[in-house]
Amino acid sequence: MPVERYEGVHLGTTPEEIEDDVERGVLLTTLDRAIGWARKQSMWPATFGLACCAIEMMATGAGQYDLSRWGMEVFRASPRQADLMIVSGRVSQKMAPALRRIYDQMADPKWVIAMGVCASAGGMFTNYAVVQGVDTIVPVDVYVPGCPPRPEMLMYGILTLQKKVRTEEPFK
Amino acid sequence: MSRSRQDLPVAPFDPAGDVTEDFRDPATGDFRQETMIINMGPQHPSTHGVLRLLLELDGETIIRCKPVIGYLHTGIEKNTEYRSWVQGVTFVTRADYVAPFFNELAYCMAVERLLGVEVPERARIIRVLVCELNRVTSHLVAIATGGLELGAVSMMLYGLREREIIMDLFESITGLRMNHAYIRPGGVVMDLPEEAPRKLRDLLDILPGRIDEYETLLNDNPIWRERNAGVAVLSAERCMELGVTGPPLRSAGVALDLRKDEPYCGYETYDFDVITRTEGDAYARYRVRIDEMRESLKIAEQAFARLADMPGPVMIEDPKVGWQSKLSVGPDGIGNDPAYLDHIMEESMEALIHHFKMVTQGVSVPNGEVYVPVEAPRGELGMYVVSDGRNRPYRVKIRDPSFVNLQAVPDLVEGGLIADIIPAISSIDPVMGGVDR
Amino acid sequence: MSLAELAAAVATRFPDVVVTREEATVVVDRAEVLDALAWLRDEPGVQLDALSSLTATHWPDRDPAFWVVYELRSTALTQRLRLKVGVPDADQHVPSVTPLFPTANWHERETFDLFGLVFDGHPDLTRIVLPADWPDHPLRKDAPLGGVPTWFHGAFMPPIDERGMA
Repeated sequence: MPVERYEGVHLGTTPEEIEDDVERGVLLTTLDRAIGWARKQSMWPATFGLACCAIEMMATGAGQYDLSRWGMEVFRASPRQADLMIVSGRVSQKMAPALRRIYDQMADPKWVIAMGVCASAGGMFTNYAVVQGVDTIVPVDVYVPGCPPRPEMLMYGILTLQKKVRTEEPFK
Repeated sequence: MSRSRQDLPVAPFDPAGDVTEDFRDPATGDFRQETMIINMGPQHPSTHGVLRLLLELDGETIIRCKPVIGYLHTGIEKNTEYRSWVQGVTFVTRADYVAPFFNELAYCMAVERLLGVEVPERARIIRVLVCELNRVTSHLVAIATGGLELGAVSMMLYGLREREIIMDLFESITGLRMNHAYIRPGGVVMDLPEEAPRKLRDLLDILPGRIDEYETLLNDNPIWRERNAGVAVLSAERCMELGVTGPPLRSAGVALDLRKDEPYCGYETYDFDVITRTEGDAYARYRVRIDEMRESLKIAEQAFARLADMPGPVMIEDPKVGWQSKLSVGPDGIGNDPAYLDHIMEESMEALIHHFKMVTQGVSVPNGEVYVPVEAPRGELGMYVVSDGRNRPYRVKIRDPSFVNLQAVPDLVEGGLIADIIPAISSIDPVMGGVDR
Repeated sequence: MSLAELAAAVATRFPDVVVTREEATVVVDRAEVLDALAWLRDEPGVQLDALSSLTATHWPDRDPAFWVVYELRSTALTQRLRLKVGVPDADQHVPSVTPLFPTANWHERETFDLFGLVFDGHPDLTRIVLPADWPDHPLRKDAPLGGVPTWFHGAFMPPIDERGMA
């Protein structure tokens, strides 16, 4: 493989696998379940709008496709107060160190959604200037394809992340 | 395997590298001690994207400001050299992503000028219609985010609410909410769908009242006036020296608008005014944008009226040039027009060959270079396109208005307070995708 | 004045004027760029007082190898002119026009960044869109497009510039 990618600290599982796990009786105690529920309830995204996907992210947070249904309309500017980083837009080589620095400044538990194909895999810009997938820099939990993804697609990505957060073991 | 950046010897990246060199005391080489050097961005809620400002502060007064850009450099111009002419539209449209139709329009007009072809009249009217509606959405984003950054959060919600109505119309016409790739060399890709006139009528009825709402909310609002009036003043001479165009120039009293001075796409036949103000401050730019939205709706009204009387093709008929996409939902639910498929598969071998060559190789454009400027919401958007006779561009240079307007930031901000940076930048309304390309 | 008249007026001083596709282009020697721009700005009837755009193109097999292109505009008389300056491969220097047109500041920095042409007399000629330590000048024709090869399940796509598109 020519490029090394992070495997993801929070290993992804599809919704079907999550259901299987739950049926098999994954050892989630009531406390774990409560913590998972509390964590997913109101995640605060960090403002990391880069390009076109940022405009769609703003539209998702606005009145028509309302993110505050899930308590997420509060975009925190300071990464120390945020737990979700939605990388929305193309990440240029110059921006990559800043991205990593913001990710490092976020406190655990933290999650990353790669919104759009540019963040997921470099998008249409397979060239010198764009990082070919933000998972070469930070571990990504959910990839949302699209150029740009519709607000409904981003919401589905957020809900998938919430399902994942709700059913994972809180302290590894 | 192509060389990637990992193969090249590079020094470790130092974010505070060379750019702070001129903030040092030339005698000692140290930073001056009485002033504070602070970095704003690139991740910042109020810098309208990934803009980095290096500020030297004395208390709260800004002594020096140096903008650092390049955090969204995407290599669009290099990428267009490796794709066909039509594929260039999808790249170019993502430069200034808040006003994508204008990028497409300038690029397609440049390609058409190189080819020496004229687009059908209906296509020109549709181009004017979607571009003016895009101007409205772009100004809505500018005012909405400007309001959000200064604390007028309701302005954000109202602006994006109206924007959703227009985006819905764009989606029914072009298939996408943003970055449409709808305007292509030779015309536009598809004609308006059946529900578009009704949606357009509703839109044109609702929007003027909503713009009245924004004016009621902000125009005489004491907080809005306090933060914007008299802030970030740029005189007309300084604007002209720095090459600033668009609403910042018109707010300083200079009535330069490419739609009037160098009309294109039939703009000389539409009736609209060029909005100017004299103060040249952030409040004047806000008022210019509000009034420009009204003018754009006027133009959209006229274009809509003309569409009813102008049936016809929307893409140039010449099969060697136009993009042959006569799409409609066929009996299988997929968008392939059965009549067109019959034509290319059953009736005409030549049509099939044309279709195949157009889709795989694309049009071949004669040798030459052109520069086409259009009046984008932020100023003069120019496209300098060079062809060497092949089916790919040789060089595409996007003269982006935000790139040039952002040079004015030190002038706007130095000598003022930190809090005045926010209305200064949001009144210039830069879109970093266009700045860095 | 009309385009033909503008071309004739410019040709009195700089004879290498071409008019095609309703645009006028004048080619000027590198050493007299500043004089040419000042003359074009001050000459009555021409008055090209604004610089819209400044860029470069690279022709690796030709001489001169680089063309620096200035798009001039007259705000009073609504006319445009393109001014081109040839730069040889051996000596990639051009006089900077920032004394006449402050707007050229960032344009020249970007052209330096992406092509490597040095603008003599520029107040602050550093990289602008690429990181400060970037090793090459990407928009030159001999610089690669970059990017990584794309892997699919069981298949491999080389980068665009090696894919052999017609």
